[in-house]
Amino acid sequence: MNRISQILLRPGFFTSHLAGAARATPVMTTAATTRCWYSADATAPPASAATVDKSTLEKLVRTNKVVVFMKGNPQAPRCGFSNAVVQIMRMHGVQYDAHDVLQNEALRQGVKEFTDWPTIPQVFINGEFVGGCDILLQMHQSGDLIEELQKAGIVSELLKAQQAKDEQDAKNKK
Amino acid sequence: MSSECKYDAKHLEDKLRARFEPSHVEVTDDSDGCGAKFSVIIVSKEFVGQSLLKKHRLVNQSLAEELKSIHAFSQKAYTPEEWEKVQQQQQ
Repeated sequence: MNRISQILLRPGFFTSHLAGAARATPVMTTAATTRCWYSADATAPPASAATVDKSTLEKLVRTNKVVVFMKGNPQAPRCGFSNAVVQIMRMHGVQYDAHDVLQNEALRQGVKEFTDWPTIPQVFINGEFVGGCDILLQMHQSGDLIEELQKAGIVSELLKAQQAKDEQDAKNKK
Repeated sequence: MSSECKYDAKHLEDKLRARFEPSHVEVTDDSDGCGAKFSVIIVSKEFVGQSLLKKHRLVNQSLAEELKSIHAFSQKAYTPEEWEKVQQQQQ
């Protein structure tokens, strides 16, 4: 799973207009040491088992502008895919609420049913389901994440760094 | 567990081909043949005009049965036009 971290850290990974900002941003990597159970697994309880209901989840996904359901917590992600989402959020300087589904099987099943999405992590912005790791990574690469965060009133650190650089460049030209 | 090893890359590829008639499809088994971990690249006209989330949902839905027992699944779904751009960037 280090592959995703490697992709994140690879020079030239960012769209060109973000390259300067990205390099200026220190990136911490947290090694995901446990095996990743990214999808529904064979040990999942039968459908009759208690799951967190829809109305609870509707409230839960709105407790912050960005809400992440993941395996482990942001300090210690227990899955490479969850780790990748944590790293992306860190680069953009996003504050978010994180819920560890490994601590709560009912939540794990509940959120999957709520979004009709088979895998964890799951990311919500402004209460809207945005996607999982692949989608976040792609939005990060394309710059769409900056836009999406902006819609929610969050200014990405990458954008701030880019703007500071542009101002500096403009000054230097004078 | 034998239930973990139900599917191989060929099975997923065949299923994606039948569903999306892709112009390009790559299924990689990252689990050394165990069938628990796959990554997919799929390029299809079916994705034209669909949001990123919708594209991924379509792929997830087409493999819903398989995803129940696949533990790690990563996908990249592109329209032919997007795929061309991706390839240009990689050069």
